[in-house]
Amino acid sequence: MNPIRSLRTMVLNVSAGGASLIAVVPIYVLFVNALKTQPEASSMGVELPLNPQWGNFGTVIDHGKLATAFFNSVLYSFGGTVLAVFLAALAAYVLARQRTRRHQIIYLLLIMGIAVPTNFVTLMKVMQVTHLIDTQIGMILLYAATQIPFSVFLIYAFIDSLPKELDEAAFLDGCSPFRTFRSIILPMLTPVLVTCGILSVLNIWNEFLMPLYFLNSTGSWPMTLAVYNFFGTYASDWSLVSADIVLTILPVILVYAVAQRWILSGVSAGAVKG
Amino acid sequence: MNKKAYPTRFAGGALLLFGIFVLLPSVLGLGLAFTDWNAYSNDINWVGLDNFATVLDPNGDYVSAIQHTILFTIATTILKTGIALGLAILLTDGVKRLAYLFRALIYLPAVLPILVVGIVFKSILDPQSGLLNSTLQLIGLGGLAQQWLTDVGLTFWTVVGVDTWRGVGYIMVILIAGLLAIPREYYEAASIDGAGRLQTFRYITVPLLMPVLAVTTVLNVLYGLRVFDMVFVLTNGQYGTSTVYTMVFDSFTRGLYGVATALSTLFFGVMVLLGFVVIRVMQRGEGN
Repeated sequence: MNPIRSLRTMVLNVSAGGASLIAVVPIYVLFVNALKTQPEASSMGVELPLNPQWGNFGTVIDHGKLATAFFNSVLYSFGGTVLAVFLAALAAYVLARQRTRRHQIIYLLLIMGIAVPTNFVTLMKVMQVTHLIDTQIGMILLYAATQIPFSVFLIYAFIDSLPKELDEAAFLDGCSPFRTFRSIILPMLTPVLVTCGILSVLNIWNEFLMPLYFLNSTGSWPMTLAVYNFFGTYASDWSLVSADIVLTILPVILVYAVAQRWILSGVSAGAVKG
Repeated sequence: MNKKAYPTRFAGGALLLFGIFVLLPSVLGLGLAFTDWNAYSNDINWVGLDNFATVLDPNGDYVSAIQHTILFTIATTILKTGIALGLAILLTDGVKRLAYLFRALIYLPAVLPILVVGIVFKSILDPQSGLLNSTLQLIGLGGLAQQWLTDVGLTFWTVVGVDTWRGVGYIMVILIAGLLAIPREYYEAASIDGAGRLQTFRYITVPLLMPVLAVTTVLNVLYGLRVFDMVFVLTNGQYGTSTVYTMVFDSFTRGLYGVATALSTLFFGVMVLLGFVVIRVMQRGEGN
């Protein structure tokens, strides 16, 4: 290999490595400072902790009411996701198979939700009237509603690529429409349902605005709101704030590490069709 | 056959949830934006265009928030697109080994809660003890150390910078997928015809990537216009960083529901228009 070429390769690799480093350092900082004592963590430096303070995690779980918040986050993410993905698959199925003008309009209306923002102020009114404000079931329904548009969009495109003969044959053999959907279509949708599911769980887990507007009772708070309040109370103690944050993002990072392939393909699936 | 095999009521559940929690509030907004609805009285009275007059008062806080939002959207769109395009080309063309790892790491900030990113950067940007200023001092650039989050002229750009850091990986991943979808033969043909790197970029990469760049631009714009979490956590809308959605929240917490609704509804109109653009762009992407 000629020297100019290998120099070029080196420069390119160093730039890519540098960019990766810039992306990761702030996250690394959280992890090391979560294990420091309060004075050690006061500058949120990059040094490793002298004497790892594993007790920090116990402290924040007690003081930040994280056990309840963790349970709530799991409830909202999985409840909202299961509901959203199931209803979206069902809707996408009939909308993709029946191509009348009416069905096209319903489809467009649903996927408009990807772009159109929620009106939080009037939504509060709706939540009050339906007695869903400040309730866990209200949050699950609300989150499901927010995740439906993108899920319909992804699943619709996928169903479009499945041959119609499959479900027509099942139907002609005497399967009810729902049975056809459940036993023929749903199993084939597995890849796109996994992608939708993971993206939706992450979206809801990370979401912060809905609880900020609609949840007053601390007992219903998800992790994000708990972290925000913990930060407000312990702003001067970066070791505890870091420990609190690490517990919030650890599940996200683990899911990302395992399901990277689906996440990255799901993210670009809407934008790039090969 | 169609009607029986694919009953439209299957779409009912999705439509019901979407209708109650997304459509209904928007429709209510069209009415309540013209009222004095607030937290301190049970009566709701028609006030005509008063709320819109408040929101669009050229000397008011709302108009400057709208200006910040537009500037934020333009700045983050340009920065994210430019940096993401550079990184995408670097990771598809320049770097071969470890490209997958680099891509995964650069995307990592985008999977974290924005709230968390905001809190971490509050520590990193602390003027006294923060990592950024102390690193600048360490490498002899102490003169560049700033009051990143309180200097009125600078803070807006700090928020733009942090948001770019968080969002660039997302755009990069989409652009990488777009670059990989360009057939290799075009590049081979160009190289046989003796095209240089710049020419190949100008005449092959850019035109063929255009549809994907259109999508990322729309995504960036939609995100920018609705930005809330990042600003809320970093500055709470102070020091010249207020945006439409921090003002909506601000009016909401002050009990001025009518005004907050007017601002939301105004923006809803803008977003519906943009929504049509999105659908057009995405449908074109689907057709290919």
